[in-house]
Amino acid sequence: MTTEYETHEHDVLIIGAGGAGLRAALGALAQGAKVGVVCKSLLGKAHTVMAEGGIAAAMANVDHADNWRTHFRDTMRGGKMLNNWRMAQIHAQEAPERVRELEQWGALFDRTQDGQILQRAFGGHTFRRLCHVGDRTGLEMIRTLQDRGVQLGIDVFMECTVTRLLKDGDRVAGAFGYWREQGRFVVFRAKSIVMATGGIGKAWKITSNSWEYTGDGMALAYNAGAELMDMEFVQFHPTGMVWPPGVQGILVTEAVRGEGGVLRNKLGERFMEKYDPKKMELSTRDVVARAIYTEVREGRGTEHGGAYLDISQKPADYVKKKLPSMYHQFKELADVDITKEPMEVGPTCHYTMGGIRVDAETAKSSVAGLFAAGEAAAGLHGANRLGGNSLSDLLVFGRRAGLAAAEQASKISNTAVDSGQIEEAAREMLAPFERKDGENPYTIHRDLQETMQNLVGIFRDKEDLIRALEELEKLKERAGRVSVEGSRLFNPGWHLAQDLQAMLTVSVAVTRSALAREESRGAHSRIDYPGLNAAWGTKNNVIVHEGSAMMLRQSPVPELPIDLKQLVVDEK
Amino acid sequence: MPEAIFEVFRGDRQGGQPATYRVPIAPGMVVLDALHHIQAHQAPDLAVRWNCKAGKCGSCSAEVNGRPRLTCKTRMDALPLDKPITVQPMKAFPVIKDLVTDVSWNYRVNKKIPPFEPRSGSDWKIYQEDVDRAQEFRKCIECFLCQNVCHVLREHEEMKQFAGPRFFVRVAGLEMHPLDTKSRTRVLKEELGLGLCNITKCCTEVCPEEIHITDNAIIPLKERVVDEFYDPVLMIVRKIRGAT
Repeated sequence: MTTEYETHEHDVLIIGAGGAGLRAALGALAQGAKVGVVCKSLLGKAHTVMAEGGIAAAMANVDHADNWRTHFRDTMRGGKMLNNWRMAQIHAQEAPERVRELEQWGALFDRTQDGQILQRAFGGHTFRRLCHVGDRTGLEMIRTLQDRGVQLGIDVFMECTVTRLLKDGDRVAGAFGYWREQGRFVVFRAKSIVMATGGIGKAWKITSNSWEYTGDGMALAYNAGAELMDMEFVQFHPTGMVWPPGVQGILVTEAVRGEGGVLRNKLGERFMEKYDPKKMELSTRDVVARAIYTEVREGRGTEHGGAYLDISQKPADYVKKKLPSMYHQFKELADVDITKEPMEVGPTCHYTMGGIRVDAETAKSSVAGLFAAGEAAAGLHGANRLGGNSLSDLLVFGRRAGLAAAEQASKISNTAVDSGQIEEAAREMLAPFERKDGENPYTIHRDLQETMQNLVGIFRDKEDLIRALEELEKLKERAGRVSVEGSRLFNPGWHLAQDLQAMLTVSVAVTRSALAREESRGAHSRIDYPGLNAAWGTKNNVIVHEGSAMMLRQSPVPELPIDLKQLVVDEK
Repeated sequence: MPEAIFEVFRGDRQGGQPATYRVPIAPGMVVLDALHHIQAHQAPDLAVRWNCKAGKCGSCSAEVNGRPRLTCKTRMDALPLDKPITVQPMKAFPVIKDLVTDVSWNYRVNKKIPPFEPRSGSDWKIYQEDVDRAQEFRKCIECFLCQNVCHVLREHEEMKQFAGPRFFVRVAGLEMHPLDTKSRTRVLKEELGLGLCNITKCCTEVCPEEIHITDNAIIPLKERVVDEFYDPVLMIVRKIRGAT
């Protein structure tokens, strides 16, 4: 068989067009590189568009005492000290400049009385720190980056999916993929590649994530030999919608609590008093998610199995101005007027702290030529991410990845890709069409979601995790026999058959890491090992593909320099 | 469990026809849920665009019972169930497959719009009352429903000379940015075809973000074009000076 495909050549190829991918593209363009961006959806629809609450940056516009050191400390404490300290430092130091830059490219943030960018309170942040536009900050950010990219002339390949990275010896040299529209194959040749593909929330049943969130970037990198790190840390956002069933999991922004929203159980108790009397509703997400889950499990949940979140004590006009999309979301989808009555909320799978292991300064992975930024990368958030630190992560490390990828590309003269890799990638893609009477990919996906939801959820134990691994093995076998109906033309079933491979690989990585970590830290809670274990506090779990097997090992958490260590010591 | 009957367009550029599916109804279900149910149980190759399922990304636009809607925000309990619910792709754009249309034209139009050009040396002090207007336009989620219902595009297919409401909203967002210095009136008149809009307000009616497209974006832009190109005093001045 000789596969037909078209070929494109770039210095830097960016996979993913959310905040990290677009910011990386702008960074690489600024270095004079020829840049291509590939994205699974239309431009401007990536997950960033759904980010609501804001961008965390210590600009000190509202609380003048804020500075990068406090932001750094909050991030490290929120991450239970498992973070890569250097990433947390760079992030806290550079975020304000990245926000100002967005403003200079046309973003219009909400303003303070004296004409500066307004900042709001959020969980785990000492000061009011989140630069925002009502509750549609992500939309403002993605549109600004998108417009800037169009203005500067990036090549965008929309509705195009990468299924394999191509290598020249030990370094990446390109990517193989297909156009969803016609199902035709495409080969991208590139001197360096930035992975900006987001997370893997679609492996869980109740999730705030879109169809794109299937862990493909992590799987692509892993299959190409890159290390994954901290995969056990999956963030369940405390507040997703719980009713009606069709909207279950849709995000309810933390900004509701940032603006003064109060959580209560069915007895009317403000239960956060029991779990974190100091920070209350603005405790970190891991704590609030566990609190709601526990209230429900112990019989104090609402009618539909959640908690009440109430902002109706604030003036109706204020709520509509600061939380307009929440107001509409509840009004239109749940018949609830949030200016008059409480919302029902419960935890929803939202974010992966883990991902591709990268160098703090340059965002490069363990494979030459391969970089990663945003949710696809690991390190910044440690065991738990603070709200608002994601959008700033995308900007800070997206830019750094783009700059480093362009610099790397400028040092490489040429790369070669042998046709064997391309033929194999094509064969893999077409196999589901050739199998007859195989299983429907949707059924396997549903069973995967049940498995991860029930066995690798907020609370975990050894027995469940071992069972999950057994189930995942069976699902892998089934996924290997999947068959697809219809033609190659815009075929979601075919796409899902491919996504399943990535989801299963990454789900196994998550489960194995969760089984290994015998303690509870941040978003990872083991019923059989409650509480922190100091020995585990110095180790990151690292996953790597060796031969044909997935290997798990521990790597020491980089030690903080003395001045930064002093910053994060608990003051009594 | 109660059921709904759907007639969903199945086809591609060569043509197609509606196919019938029966879907069980759950409380609070939206049309997009039903389409997903059809994909999972009856037609795994049914082509549908979607991302957030929360009305924030503008991907899942279609025509439900003839009305242009985001399917993720169209509740089944708001539709009559005694007859089939029809779901068709947006009519103004060429069909790729089933409910997925080729909207690439929009992305090409967007490139014609001169970008943001801030005043140099600004201290970036901007007050809320100065951004309120432009923020309304920046709520746009690019669902292209306004483009889909605009007569100039839907019936007259003036894609070559008319940008459509979405891009007038975008221009308005730039023009009304308090620090922008660029004038886009000539582009509006000559390249984006603003004059072809006869303000029937169909775009405003379908906007899921409730942007007052006609009143707040298009009419003020038309006024700017008139002020610059059709002001009688200026026209006389230009004539005397021999300028165009």
